[in-house]
Amino acid sequence: MPSGPIPTYDEGAEPMGKARKKSVKPTLSKVEVSKTKTARKVKKKKRDVRKKAEPKLAKATKDVAEKSDETPAEETPAKKDVPRHSTAEDMASRQREISVAEFFTKNRHLLGFDNPRKALLTTIKEGVDNSLDACEEAGILPEVKVVITPGKEEDRFIVTIEDNGPGILKKQIPRIFAKLLYGSKFHRLKMSRGQQGIGISAAGMYGQLTTGKPISIISKTSRNKPAHHYELEIDTKRNEPRIIVDENVDWPVQRGTKVEIELEAKFQKGRQSVEEYLEQTAIANPHVLLHFVTPDGETKTYNRASQELPVETKEIKPHPYGVELGVLIKMLHDTKARTLQSFLHSEFSRVSNQVARTICEKAKVSERSRPTRIARQEADNLFKAINQTKIMNPRTDCLSPIGEELILAGLKKQIEADFYTSVTRPPSVYRGNPFQIEAGLAYGGSLPAEGLARVLRYANRVPLLYQQSACAMTRSVLNTAWRNYALSQSAGALPSGPLVIIVHMASVWVPFTSESKEAVAHYPEIIKEVRLALQECGRRLAVFVRRRRKAAESQRKKDYIQQYIPHIAIALREMLELSERQETTIVKQLTDLLERSHS
Amino acid sequence: MSKIATQIKDTATSVRTKIQRRSKPTLSFPLRTLSNVKYHPKQGFLQLKGKKKVRTLTVSTVKTFAQTLRMMSQAKTLVEDDEIMTKREAYYVSKNWQDARFDEQPESDTVIDDIEALFQVNREQLGFIPEEKGGEVAGKLIVIDRDSDTGKQLRIDCTKFGSGAYSIPISIEHLKFETKARFVLAIETAGMFQRLVKHNYWRKANCILISMGGVPTRACRRFIRRLADELKLPVYAFVDCDPYGMFNIYRTLKVGSGNAAHINRYFCVPNATFLGVTPQDIVDYKLPTHPLKEVDIKRAKDAIKNDPFVQHYKPWQDSIRQLLEMGVRAEQQAFAVHDLNYVIEHYLPEKLAAPKKFLP
Repeated sequence: MPSGPIPTYDEGAEPMGKARKKSVKPTLSKVEVSKTKTARKVKKKKRDVRKKAEPKLAKATKDVAEKSDETPAEETPAKKDVPRHSTAEDMASRQREISVAEFFTKNRHLLGFDNPRKALLTTIKEGVDNSLDACEEAGILPEVKVVITPGKEEDRFIVTIEDNGPGILKKQIPRIFAKLLYGSKFHRLKMSRGQQGIGISAAGMYGQLTTGKPISIISKTSRNKPAHHYELEIDTKRNEPRIIVDENVDWPVQRGTKVEIELEAKFQKGRQSVEEYLEQTAIANPHVLLHFVTPDGETKTYNRASQELPVETKEIKPHPYGVELGVLIKMLHDTKARTLQSFLHSEFSRVSNQVARTICEKAKVSERSRPTRIARQEADNLFKAINQTKIMNPRTDCLSPIGEELILAGLKKQIEADFYTSVTRPPSVYRGNPFQIEAGLAYGGSLPAEGLARVLRYANRVPLLYQQSACAMTRSVLNTAWRNYALSQSAGALPSGPLVIIVHMASVWVPFTSESKEAVAHYPEIIKEVRLALQECGRRLAVFVRRRRKAAESQRKKDYIQQYIPHIAIALREMLELSERQETTIVKQLTDLLERSHS
Repeated sequence: MSKIATQIKDTATSVRTKIQRRSKPTLSFPLRTLSNVKYHPKQGFLQLKGKKKVRTLTVSTVKTFAQTLRMMSQAKTLVEDDEIMTKREAYYVSKNWQDARFDEQPESDTVIDDIEALFQVNREQLGFIPEEKGGEVAGKLIVIDRDSDTGKQLRIDCTKFGSGAYSIPISIEHLKFETKARFVLAIETAGMFQRLVKHNYWRKANCILISMGGVPTRACRRFIRRLADELKLPVYAFVDCDPYGMFNIYRTLKVGSGNAAHINRYFCVPNATFLGVTPQDIVDYKLPTHPLKEVDIKRAKDAIKNDPFVQHYKPWQDSIRQLLEMGVRAEQQAFAVHDLNYVIEHYLPEKLAAPKKFLP
């Protein structure tokens, strides 16, 4: 077993942890599960020992069992059962062979590659998200070009995503594009589109799996330097890049990155299509210039509505409330702080020395103890103490909402309507993570008058196209009483009418329900904030709709009256033998009379 | 200027005056429903109780208001020119009124009925005549009419139509009559009428046969009324034994209807009585029956509850209850079960032997 990839693997285990447990668990024996769990709990040194000793399984198991608080009862019968013993051994060796990459090939749906249609969208989405993140971080107004070309074989497409971003250093390219869970965004708490370092490499791997073609990257960091061209494959066993082509090429741009992936895909229009994704991206990112070339060669451009980059977001330290026990243990073990008090103070936000002391007292652990020496039980107490201590909410200036004006600009740019409104809520906090909700409405105009409203959901400016019904934002839209706002709504359904609703959640960590980032988890704080934002939008919409209805009503009344009043006058003229002048007078008098009345 | 033309002009003036005074003009109509009629046996017909519907000119009534006024103007022209117009023609004339035109004939019919009620006259007096046929007559009656070209008197002998019959015209006020008959038999169906005519039943029974063809038209009712008044003949109704025959046909013949209550005084035959078929006849003559339909039951219950005529006559209430209990109805042609001419040879003679027993 090469020791090289292992630390990487462990890093990767964090975000994949939940998913892996969920789907792999049924195939593993209890012994192995317990090992997986303990592996993260014991100190690294011990773990290394265990790994070396693995062939001598009985001893190793015993060693682990001593450290673990949950295994002995299960281990003992296993030892007596000879055939099961050998099975456990087999499985133990097999476990080592599961790399993230291999796991992904089996569970591609978790990352949004369920079917060829969705795979195309996910690939483009991951590429565009990366481009926008990079541009914004480098302070460059993004210009992104997406090209889909039909492949030589049926059902195959070549996707190209090109940006004017800062480029990527040559030595980083292989790992960024051909190694799962490698990236800059996971280890920090900062509002960005990408979170996990999994997306683009997963897309590359999907292409490799379905077509056998490598992913191709050209990147240039400045005008004076040459552009690098790489063609990469992922060694799925080792989750390591394999370089096929590595060369310098001529690329006549100032700087930027161009990614090309050939994959098995299906190109479709309509709902949940690439086009819809780009359109929605344009709404929430009015500072982005997007070009799109369809497989038929049709070119579409989504122009900028704003020349200003979003305010750069700040990275923050985690808030104690948002930390899980496992993460706390890892942080304790990794810290450079010498005392527990300084650990708490320096590694978390909103923990003053005073608060740190209170936590230590509550946990009955000395504030001067060395963090690396904190035992499991003590860590547990510390974890409980944190949640019993009152700690100030985290800073919220780390968020960069789109802003009410730019939401309006985005909506006006892409949707032709009669009425627009938007609301940016003040920041709030769920589980120690700051977040901010924004909502907007477009009503009337060219929107279809029949049918249900369209809901556009965004997380950190990225449109969410799938799993609408599983999302907390949708829940809030459904739970809003739209009938109070002059719209019709059946029980448990979206409001109906010519309406587009957009909801945006900005957060340093958006709680998605799965790795494919399609739906936001149902945290009550999030649901509540969305509801408040929608209600405010709704109130403004109601004013508009009611005013318009009233105007239409009085116009209709006027037209109606004017249709029939002349006939009354004609009849009276005929019966009373009046002059035409007298007839006109009657018309005038009647019009006055009826337009003043309210019924 | 005729009385009606003056009435129309007065109404138009009041509308105009209101408009000039900047207040909303109104038209008030008697409410034309059964709930707004009462029955006095002395007068012998359903008459209005006086509830009124006031139509004020508002945004929502402006269309009907305009249509009513235009139709009134039309009526005035008809009266002044001594012209007539069928209801269907009135509907077509309205097509000249652009936005105020009628889309369907029932709409224009309602407006004509409204105007008729407004002035408490019948529509023939306003110049509007119905399309409907008046009914047919056979038997011992001489109708004296006038040739419209020469003005010469025409004597029409209703015994001389063979297997055919004399057709009652739409307007009958100018007719005169001579007869030696003992009574008038008003028959619901043309089928039964044909059988009686074929066998010259009028000769046997010395009577006048009239086919009403369902609910009698105004002209038919007026015709029978004049026979009853001027020739002092009793009128016997012979209809199906079901709520429709009893109340829609017989009751309308005798006392008029709620909808046309304002003109019932002319269009009713207060001395008519109900020969049959009665519920008791179904039992006595073992007639084949059909079960009462839901609409029959509803109509019967409604009659007990709302019809002032039925409420006045206990025998009618008893008969309806008997019918409802039996749950069946029988047609007048059901006598054919015994023999085709059973009705001539047995039923009618037996019934006519005791006219006192007829239902009121």
